[in-house]
Amino acid sequence: MNTKTPDTMLPAYTTRGLTKVYGEGRSAVHALRGVNLEIPTGEIVVLLGPSGSGKSTLLNIIGGLDRHTEGTVMFRDQRLDGMSYADLTRYRRNHVGFVFQFYNLMPSLTARENVELVTEIADDPMDPDEALALVGLKARTDHFPAQLSGGEQQRVAIARAIAKQPDVLFCDEPTGALDSATGRSVLRVLADVDKRLGSTVLMVTHAASQAKMADRVIHFADGDIREIVENREKRTPEEIAW
Amino acid sequence: MSPLDHKLLRDLWRIKGQAGAIGAVIAVGVMMLVMMTGLTASLSETRDAYYERYRLAGVFAPVARAPEQLAERLTEIQGVSSVETRVQGRALIDLPGQVLPVQAQAVSLPDRGRPALNDVYLTDGRMPATGRPDEILLLQSFAAAHDLRPGDTLRATMDGARRSFDIVGLAQSPEFLYTTAPGELVPDDARFGVIWMVRSGLAAAYDMDAAFNEALLGLTRGASEASVLDAVDRLLEAYGGSGTYGLADQFSNRFVSEEILGLEAAAVGVPPIFLAVAAFLLYIVVGRMVQSEREEIGLMKAFGYTNAEVGTHYFKLILAIAAGGALAGCLGGIAAGRALIGVYTAYFKFPFLVFQLDPASFATGVTVSILSASAGGLFVLRRVFALTPAVAMRAPAPPNFSRTSRIGQSLNRFLDQPSRMVLRRLTRQPGRMAGSVIGIACGMALSVAMLTIYAGFDRTIDLTFSVVDRSDVTVSLTHPVADKTLFELMRMPGVERVEPVRNVSVVFRNGLKGHRGALIGLPQGRELNRALDASMTPIDLPERGVVLSDVLAGMLGVSPGDTLTVDVREGRQPLLQVPVAATAQTLLGSPAYMDLDALNHILREPGRISGAYLMIDDAEAEAIYTALQDMPTVAGVSLKSQAREAFVTLMNQGAGAIRYVMGAIAFVITFGIVYNAARIALAERARDLASLRVIGFSKGEAAFLLLGELAVVTAVALPVGALLGYYLSFGIAAGFSTDLYQIPATFDPVSYGQATLVVLVAALMSGSLVKRDLDRTDLIEGLKTRG
Repeated sequence: MNTKTPDTMLPAYTTRGLTKVYGEGRSAVHALRGVNLEIPTGEIVVLLGPSGSGKSTLLNIIGGLDRHTEGTVMFRDQRLDGMSYADLTRYRRNHVGFVFQFYNLMPSLTARENVELVTEIADDPMDPDEALALVGLKARTDHFPAQLSGGEQQRVAIARAIAKQPDVLFCDEPTGALDSATGRSVLRVLADVDKRLGSTVLMVTHAASQAKMADRVIHFADGDIREIVENREKRTPEEIAW
Repeated sequence: MSPLDHKLLRDLWRIKGQAGAIGAVIAVGVMMLVMMTGLTASLSETRDAYYERYRLAGVFAPVARAPEQLAERLTEIQGVSSVETRVQGRALIDLPGQVLPVQAQAVSLPDRGRPALNDVYLTDGRMPATGRPDEILLLQSFAAAHDLRPGDTLRATMDGARRSFDIVGLAQSPEFLYTTAPGELVPDDARFGVIWMVRSGLAAAYDMDAAFNEALLGLTRGASEASVLDAVDRLLEAYGGSGTYGLADQFSNRFVSEEILGLEAAAVGVPPIFLAVAAFLLYIVVGRMVQSEREEIGLMKAFGYTNAEVGTHYFKLILAIAAGGALAGCLGGIAAGRALIGVYTAYFKFPFLVFQLDPASFATGVTVSILSASAGGLFVLRRVFALTPAVAMRAPAPPNFSRTSRIGQSLNRFLDQPSRMVLRRLTRQPGRMAGSVIGIACGMALSVAMLTIYAGFDRTIDLTFSVVDRSDVTVSLTHPVADKTLFELMRMPGVERVEPVRNVSVVFRNGLKGHRGALIGLPQGRELNRALDASMTPIDLPERGVVLSDVLAGMLGVSPGDTLTVDVREGRQPLLQVPVAATAQTLLGSPAYMDLDALNHILREPGRISGAYLMIDDAEAEAIYTALQDMPTVAGVSLKSQAREAFVTLMNQGAGAIRYVMGAIAFVITFGIVYNAARIALAERARDLASLRVIGFSKGEAAFLLLGELAVVTAVALPVGALLGYYLSFGIAAGFSTDLYQIPATFDPVSYGQATLVVLVAALMSGSLVKRDLDRTDLIEGLKTRG
């Protein structure tokens, strides 16, 4: 699991019969009902669907944040299911970056320190200042989250996610808490980063229009995939409105 | 510095109030440990060094009159390394301006050179010159109490003859660290003096030429004290030996050792209570932090931080608080130890100070506080480990309050919404509620216990000097005399009542257990000195049998109905078998009472008394004192008012003084606990309170939610704390009680009222501090906080 060379022959992720059940007995909730999916390496993939359709659950499982109930999940040629907690931790540490809807910055750390939180444990990280420059926050590296606007906080979160130069970038509603202009600038940053690093980007969103910037759009409903659409005419974030 | 360490420092700064309060609780626990172990180590080291340097004897053998040649035979006893014979006797010192003469003990020094045993430490002046029977050394503390110094003259009566002496020096001695007048228990520098003079001079005064009336023996290493005592007793029997005793029974040593033991007991018993409370608080505070930082923990895990790395981060926080507190405690302990050791050294009258801060106590203090803090922290870490990243980052489901809707459904009609919220929250999370209640109850218990102890000290004084002893003056006689002396006393103008007493020095034995003490014979129908039982009613002294104090019965392991061996150490020295008739609660000393006639009967000395209790008219006091002084059989006169004063002084110094330190600490802790409980409640409610403010509640209305909870918790904690305090006070009272005096842990409503007040004041102060913070809360920030 130490190679960072993208193997274009293998999909980034393959799932077979992926099932996730919360609770048991009568109160059991089926969040995922046997999902079969392949996600090609290096693409921007958008997961669309209403609340409770299972898209965030899928993201959590393939991101190594949660465990599934049944089925198999492969990251390249490695099975994620059956990995020990220690192996999952190593997987997240070395391969995966996360961007969350509510930024999830450490309020007691400055922008640079929030990025350092990740560069410190990653194998081959960028310089934290470089990562912040990439998201246009060079001038605000010593500010605390409370001193930054929502868009700026989300950009710090993105800088933090890309600073480790991850193979996969998971974005859970990255613009969910932002106005459209700020959201657009955040998407711009994501698109640039994808281009520069060649990472696979998985993005969960409510906003169907954001799917226009994706290579591939997966529609979710009731815990399963309703359809997968390949996008032949990718738009730039600036061309998107929501 | 890693970003996590930055976070650590900023977290510490953010919770500085709570961290400080917990650190302070840990600090006082460690401070007490370091201070008290340092103090006891220093005192026992100093005592031992003092005894060794001035060659304090291991065995003391008083005798009526033994020829000097006997010293040789004493040396031959197996286990005896050195022997010093001397002459000693009672004297009365006349001080200018004082009607009552002061009792004193005269002790001989060798004509040439220093004594082989029980040497003196000269603090001022010089030793008496050879062949100068008019030169004396005076006990330094007595001299200080009366402002006497070398060059002054002193008038004293020895064996009936009045003489004048030149004070040439002042001295301290390891055998007179504590001095009391004969028959009294409480030391008083001013009322008992010690005079040293050359042997030939003293022998002439007491008719002891070529004889001695006390032998001091040093023991070889590993010698059997019991067999030496036996051998000496046998040897001196024919010469009127009145009972050989070891160092453990020597009055001054016993007193000093008791005090040191009392300190040691407190050093072992008290700090753990403080440390346990601190561990509990740490658990609550760090647990709360982990709860509020679920997201951050989840995030760190999402980034690939391992459980160990995340756990270490929070553990460092716990360690920082514990180590900070422990360090402050060590420094505080050193400072307090240094400050107090000086006081104690003066109190114990040690001429020098072997200052010793026990390094082991630092190690113990730091280790114990870190371990106890870690114990609290471990429960928290378990929760950190259990959080999976995805779960951690989801907002926790709102706590289920559905069950609580039934509780108090009937009350709902009478309660508004905020009151219902308070009630439901308290009933929904009984665990948390119990945590806060127990915390505050601990503070209440500490306060109750300490205030009960204060009251116990007062009660001991009050009972001893108002209920048990109701006389004004105690007269002790030179030897048992016929009871017609009572008529002489009664005839004095101003004497309102006279009651006889007979003190017989004895050794009580039960199997291997023994105790040197006195049998006190009291008459029937007495009013002035009474033996009381536990319910403070006078005990009937039966026609036969002895009534023992609880303490003495405990020491000897006997109870009513058993038979006790009484080895009488005066007169004909009979060995008696006496039944134990009853036990009595006494607060001062460990007396044994008998009916006066019964006592005289078993001694076959009818109608004898050795002293008397007098009730007098204050207006005639001076005339009475003068008359007493002129009675040749009167050895000493002591006033109850002086004895009471001496006792109060005793209890306010030494080990007794520690109670004020502990009381202050108990109050600090009580406040720390209540303040923490309030802070935690605020942190947990911040979101609810901000929501209420947003929908239009006033600051006061929002505060009601928080302070209402604190009020309910405090109200529940008060009775729980009172109950805990009731039991805790027994433990602490036992720690403060010594062989010399007992501190009762009796229910004292005033103490409970005061303790309640302490907790309420702490709650009000904490409440207002927390309300201030609440009023400053940024509404938007508050809304972001997870509840």
